[in-house]
Amino acid sequence: MYRIDFNKLRFLICDDNPHMRRILRTLLHSFGAREAYEAEDGATALEMYTHYVPDIVITDWSMPIFDGLELAQMIRQPESKGNPYAPIIMLTGHSEKRRVTVARDAGVTEFLVKPISAKGLYQRIMNVVANPRPFIKTKTYFGPDRRRNTTNTYIGPERRVGGEMEVMQQPSLLDKARSAI
Amino acid sequence: MANEKPVSLEVKSFADHHVITQPNPLRRVLRRVPESDLDDPVARAEKALAGLSGEFRNWMAIEADRLSAAHAAILMKGFSAATREELFRAAHDIKGDAATFGYPSAGAAAESLCRIIEHAPELEQVPPDLIAHHINAVQAIVRERTKLDTATMASELSKQLRGVADAFLTHANRDRPEHLEAILAPSIVPAE
Repeated sequence: MYRIDFNKLRFLICDDNPHMRRILRTLLHSFGAREAYEAEDGATALEMYTHYVPDIVITDWSMPIFDGLELAQMIRQPESKGNPYAPIIMLTGHSEKRRVTVARDAGVTEFLVKPISAKGLYQRIMNVVANPRPFIKTKTYFGPDRRRNTTNTYIGPERRVGGEMEVMQQPSLLDKARSAI
Repeated sequence: MANEKPVSLEVKSFADHHVITQPNPLRRVLRRVPESDLDDPVARAEKALAGLSGEFRNWMAIEADRLSAAHAAILMKGFSAATREELFRAAHDIKGDAATFGYPSAGAAAESLCRIIEHAPELEQVPPDLIAHHINAVQAIVRERTKLDTATMASELSKQLRGVADAFLTHANRDRPEHLEAILAPSIVPAE
């Protein structure tokens, strides 16, 4: 059985609703987290993201200035100076399947529908900590692998094109970002 | 975690995509504990949340008043991008928060209002009473919650409102299949 040392994790919470921020802060602190920075809109969150380099982002969808979806898209810029790989947990009142798809395509790592529960939040955090997915970069997408199902039962068309595989090592953008601050 | 040692990315390049992997940067925060470990972070967090519950009634009243204020602004100024957005945002927050605060029926009524705002072809064409009934329902559910036997009534009220709203939206979107599909699609959240 594994536990998370929350006191070694740095969180960024982004929600325009002060009550929800208070609830999130309470939950994270009771899990053991010490560092949880808070933003009430997407623009502030992006600034804080660059400044504090959080390990995990928890964001609402609907927010003023720019929303959680736009925040995810701005974080998932492979050429940016910041870390484009941080797990993003979208915590939202939107509960329609099409919203999940849109969030996934924006590079969101996990989707958690309100009302929030301690168990649901813990499970999402455990998932991003213990089971990170590789990132996929295409002309139109950069983010966690959207194929979560590893079984061989898929019978639809193969949308990824194979070809010669080339493996190259390069410094992590995350480390570049961290060494810059 | 902010000052970890540098790690390398491994990039596998294919014809139309790259697969990028790196050693799990968060691996170090995972700690193996024996099955007999009694520490339960989820239970601890639930207890902490219960400790906040004394605030919930006040928070819910604030959220309901915000919704009423957004509605009052529409009655005074009409629908604009700003007034529509504030009404939606207020209703959407209640949809997400109300169950946590102990008012699930208020959340259901607010969700129904969100659907009207999102899917009505023109908000000016929505019967004003339909919107007003949703606002009044949220206020009534919040106000009357402490009285006995109101939970069932609140649940029934929300279901009735949702039924009327869905009937309106289904008719109003009969020529807009993409909205109709969204209106009729089941929620990904299990029902109460």
